[in-house]
Amino acid sequence: MPRENDQVAREAAEAVARRSYGKLVAFLAARTRDVAAAEDALSDAFAAALVDWPASGVPDSPEAWLMTVARRKLIDAARRRKSGEGAVDHLRLMADELEAAAANVPQVPDERLALMFACTHPAIDRGIRAPLMLQTILGFDAATIASSFLVSPATMGKRLTRAKTKIREAGIPFRVPERADLRERLDAVLEAIYAAFAEGWSDPAGTEVRRRNLAEEGIWLGRLVASLLPDEPEAIGLLALMLHAEARRGARRNARGEYVPLAEQDPRAWDPQLIEEAEALLLRASAMGSIGRYQLEAAVQSAHVVRRRSGSADWAAIERLYDALSTITDSPVVAINRAIAVAETRGAAAGLAALDVLRDDARLADYQPFWAARAGLLARTGDVDAADQAYQRAIGLESDRAVRRFLRQRRAELRAASPA
Amino acid sequence: MKYMLLIYADEAKVLNDKTREQRVSPAYAAYMEAMQKAGVIVGGDRLQPTASATTVRARNGKPQVLDGPYAETKEQLGGFFIIDVPDLDAAISWAARCPTASDGTIEVRPVWTV
Repeated sequence: MPRENDQVAREAAEAVARRSYGKLVAFLAARTRDVAAAEDALSDAFAAALVDWPASGVPDSPEAWLMTVARRKLIDAARRRKSGEGAVDHLRLMADELEAAAANVPQVPDERLALMFACTHPAIDRGIRAPLMLQTILGFDAATIASSFLVSPATMGKRLTRAKTKIREAGIPFRVPERADLRERLDAVLEAIYAAFAEGWSDPAGTEVRRRNLAEEGIWLGRLVASLLPDEPEAIGLLALMLHAEARRGARRNARGEYVPLAEQDPRAWDPQLIEEAEALLLRASAMGSIGRYQLEAAVQSAHVVRRRSGSADWAAIERLYDALSTITDSPVVAINRAIAVAETRGAAAGLAALDVLRDDARLADYQPFWAARAGLLARTGDVDAADQAYQRAIGLESDRAVRRFLRQRRAELRAASPA
Repeated sequence: MKYMLLIYADEAKVLNDKTREQRVSPAYAAYMEAMQKAGVIVGGDRLQPTASATTVRARNGKPQVLDGPYAETKEQLGGFFIIDVPDLDAAISWAARCPTASDGTIEVRPVWTV
């Protein structure tokens, strides 16, 4: 029996961790702004649960149980760290506040949104915002996050610690911003979620389970924000965008494991359920009458998905959407995609002309999609030599083996077709 | 929390701009009045130009004295305020209202509390 109880206790703890980790961290850290201390206390509480629950059974409200233990640990830890008159007052205040709040348990208030705004505060380095959110909201350890973001665990650990120290020492508030600042600050939250998702999605092989999970976690965070801010069209737009992308995950590889670009994917390999959910969300967002980057990008996906019914994407709509996107961002990625759409609506030469405008952009010198797009369009206009050079450049810049193989094959086809 | 707002500006430009004093003084007066009304100001002052600065360090108990400011930079520390506000967002919004924020740089630093 004890082994069975162990199993039940472990599963219950894991279920609570999954569901409530971010909620508990957000609540415990909101007053002190000390995220690291809240995480430590919570991890002690989870450890205590694994000892206690097999013996006394899983409590009625596991969340409330963990909260009570973590609260005690937090106060103990603060007491050990601080001494002196001021500290005693501070501790009493903290204990009172936590006590009063605990009276509301089992309804631990959901302050995750406030925590997300703290993690993506403009005073926090942009590159660490997504990892920080994955750690504080979802409880990922530094090593797991590091492997997803392709940096060493030690580096990631240090950067996460530095960010948490900044939150505490600089007095970054745990608060959902006022309406006047909400849109701008929400952008940073959405950007971090999208960064987490993109890290997971950019593994075209789909072989790295951890990175794949990251895409799912990105969607989970997107659902959370969209549910907590149901009137923000961009939050809903981002969720729609991620679901559209996720729907095509499997179609990026054929049966032999080779890379398949969007234009050559079989629409039957796309996930219809995810697409339908994405379309419904996009419709809801657009009814709110405030357009933005994520809604536009989701709409682009939607115009690609039209292929399921009509056999071809709605390139005219895609061009218009990229036009709109280029007015709100100066992203060269948007400009490249716009040029590809122009090639479909007005011919390869026009697309190439749109791409040529970007040639002096220093950001593109090392950007594989620019060279691959250029190579493809040059090939279509019959400029074999220039296309060959552009493919060579694209191949040299690509790190994914399957995509490289795909580009090499395109290059070989080019030479095979040309008489020289 | 207490924050120090460190006000940096291009000193040469400030000293050469004869009309700046007239332009900026009323803005600073209004700014300080707003801080007083809000009850956030703890202290603050304008500093004399860096030509008047002396840099001191003690090595092996022996003071080393150097002429000039600690760091030669494009913008120099020209003044400071210490304010007491609830959090960084409040400190940032006061920093953004500082007249020098429009042509200089304001660094916001939490004051160490024991």
